[in-house]
Amino acid sequence: MTLLRIDNLKTFFHSRRGTAKAVDGVSLHVDEGEVVGIVGESGCGKSVLALSILRLLSMPPAFFAGGEVLFAGKNLLTSSSEEIRGIRGNRISMIFQEPMTALNPVFTVGNQLMEVFRVHRSMGRAEALENAVEVLTKVGVPAPERRVKEYPYQLSGGLRQRVMIAIALACRPALLLADEPTTALDVSIQAQILELMMGLKAELNTAILLITHDLGVVAEITRRVAVMYTGRIMEAAPTLDLFDTPLHPYTRGLLTSIPRADASFEIDSLTEIKGVVPSVAALPPGCHFEPRCPEAIDICRAQAPALEEARPGHRVACWRVAHA
Amino acid sequence: MPELLTVRNLVKHFPVRRGFLGRRAAVVHAVDDVSFSLGENETLGLVGESGCGKTTAGFSILRLIEPTSGEVWFQGENILALAPERMRLLRRHMQIVFQDPFGSLNPRLTVERTIEEPLLNHEDLSGAERRARVQEALVMVGLLPEHMTRFPHEFSGGQRQRICVARALVLRPRLVIGDEPVSALDVSVRAQVLNLMVRLQRQLNLSYLFISHDLAVIRYVSHRVGVMYLGQIVELAVAKALYAKPLHPYTWALLSAVPVPDPRRTRKRIILEGDVPSPMNPPAGCRFHPRCTEVKPICREQAPIMRVVESNHAVRCHLYEDGEPWNPAPPVFRKSLPEAGDTQPKGGKT
Repeated sequence: MTLLRIDNLKTFFHSRRGTAKAVDGVSLHVDEGEVVGIVGESGCGKSVLALSILRLLSMPPAFFAGGEVLFAGKNLLTSSSEEIRGIRGNRISMIFQEPMTALNPVFTVGNQLMEVFRVHRSMGRAEALENAVEVLTKVGVPAPERRVKEYPYQLSGGLRQRVMIAIALACRPALLLADEPTTALDVSIQAQILELMMGLKAELNTAILLITHDLGVVAEITRRVAVMYTGRIMEAAPTLDLFDTPLHPYTRGLLTSIPRADASFEIDSLTEIKGVVPSVAALPPGCHFEPRCPEAIDICRAQAPALEEARPGHRVACWRVAHA
Repeated sequence: MPELLTVRNLVKHFPVRRGFLGRRAAVVHAVDDVSFSLGENETLGLVGESGCGKTTAGFSILRLIEPTSGEVWFQGENILALAPERMRLLRRHMQIVFQDPFGSLNPRLTVERTIEEPLLNHEDLSGAERRARVQEALVMVGLLPEHMTRFPHEFSGGQRQRICVARALVLRPRLVIGDEPVSALDVSVRAQVLNLMVRLQRQLNLSYLFISHDLAVIRYVSHRVGVMYLGQIVELAVAKALYAKPLHPYTWALLSAVPVPDPRRTRKRIILEGDVPSPMNPPAGCRFHPRCTEVKPICREQAPIMRVVESNHAVRCHLYEDGEPWNPAPPVFRKSLPEAGDTQPKGGKT
């Protein structure tokens, strides 16, 4: 069953140089208990998309220029602040890339965890503390009775991210927005955190919208994935399909430009995607990827292609596919 | 392959001072007995997680920080024993590219001023000659001569890293240390810079010491790879062998933990328990034993030494007691190469 449906969402920013279209007509959905990935390079709008869902952007400069975000049938973009507060950290929660800046340095870990229970579950101090210790145990923090009294600076990066996850999952949300949850972590700690997230997902049936630049992480844990570029979805497909038969030249470029550590995979030379990501303030008129695309044709320069289904469940925004 | 650089028993300890009088309270064992050699035209990758000492090792080799003890032989000289003036002359042969292309370029200098600075310090050239060398370096890294008059903020991250590479290469060095040179770059730009560095190595006969936390990047650029853990190299091998048949349990775990962009791949992931211990107080015996899946009683008591287990494959682990103790190739003594500028120091520091 569909849990979250984003329909033609447009999140723009006012700036001195005009309007920056950070998210420009994105549509996607997440089913209950499903892991969906959004992959893209910096500046593609993937974080703004996540922040838009929970309305965590400061407005102005940001504003919604159109679209809907339907969560369990309710449009979050038109909900009152009261209603949104009831959903944040309760039905939908979020974990961020940098656990040190996402946690408040002047409150203890326990304090920040207890806040969730006190706000959303109206618990008293003692009961909230009991629950805080329990949820820390669940995310694998050793000696939780001691850790609740500690401050974020006393924890390592991996433990801080575990605390973030504990806070996010305290109310057993239906949806978890994970914005680059392992990017700041070392490889061995990243493996621990991914394992933990997948374990908790299985236990609580929480759907996850995973935002990342790492195609490796996408391949490991997602079921479906959308590739974003300059505010638009270029390709969206079941993960296996996307890796087996990538249709968009950008996706193909990404997949062949990453070095790999698995010994069975040999490469002599990495394929480069020439050029750089254009700035959101100076986007090309047609397809945004056209200036870097090795397969561009005339129509690509004139008009942006729509995201259309090329194969069952596999959508792509490319004139070459549309004309094939 | 003749050796360009030989590092023997390099140690760097940082004292931690506490209290009013700066009492020496503890010691961080950042680099503890690191040895390796680097051949001409070769790339050695140093890979490890944060805090393993890979950057400190790189900086110590250039004497950007002074190591506590050890030897660094470069072109037949132990540079740790060199007088400052001689060291200054040698620096032209050893350059570095840093991780952050935003922090390592002076925002107030034009590209030309940035790239000509090493020339001003090390070579006696006329203005026109200098300009020609700067242009040559820019073209070499895939930028244009007209970029000379621009400032760093006008460039993207990938282009800035190209400027840093141009600055490192303008003196035509023998050794370039890359300290996470592509880690701050986006995926699509990373391949550009990696391919550039590989191409320039072939063109200019460079030796690279490539430092990174990224096992995939290291595999792509390196001929040989050293895996570091808590200040020590725990495994050192030809890249192909290391990735196909890793020997150290830490390398097993690292390689099994790297996410691979292939959703069909199934494998057993080895999840290491806990965090890397503090280098202020490294575990007794083998430093990896508290997290090791193969730990034996001896690991808790006695630190293993590096042993050669197969040809070109050395490992620091009690699982491989049969191997011969490993020593880096003895330093090659020879006259340092005569190079322009070596005999004619310039830079106004008289």
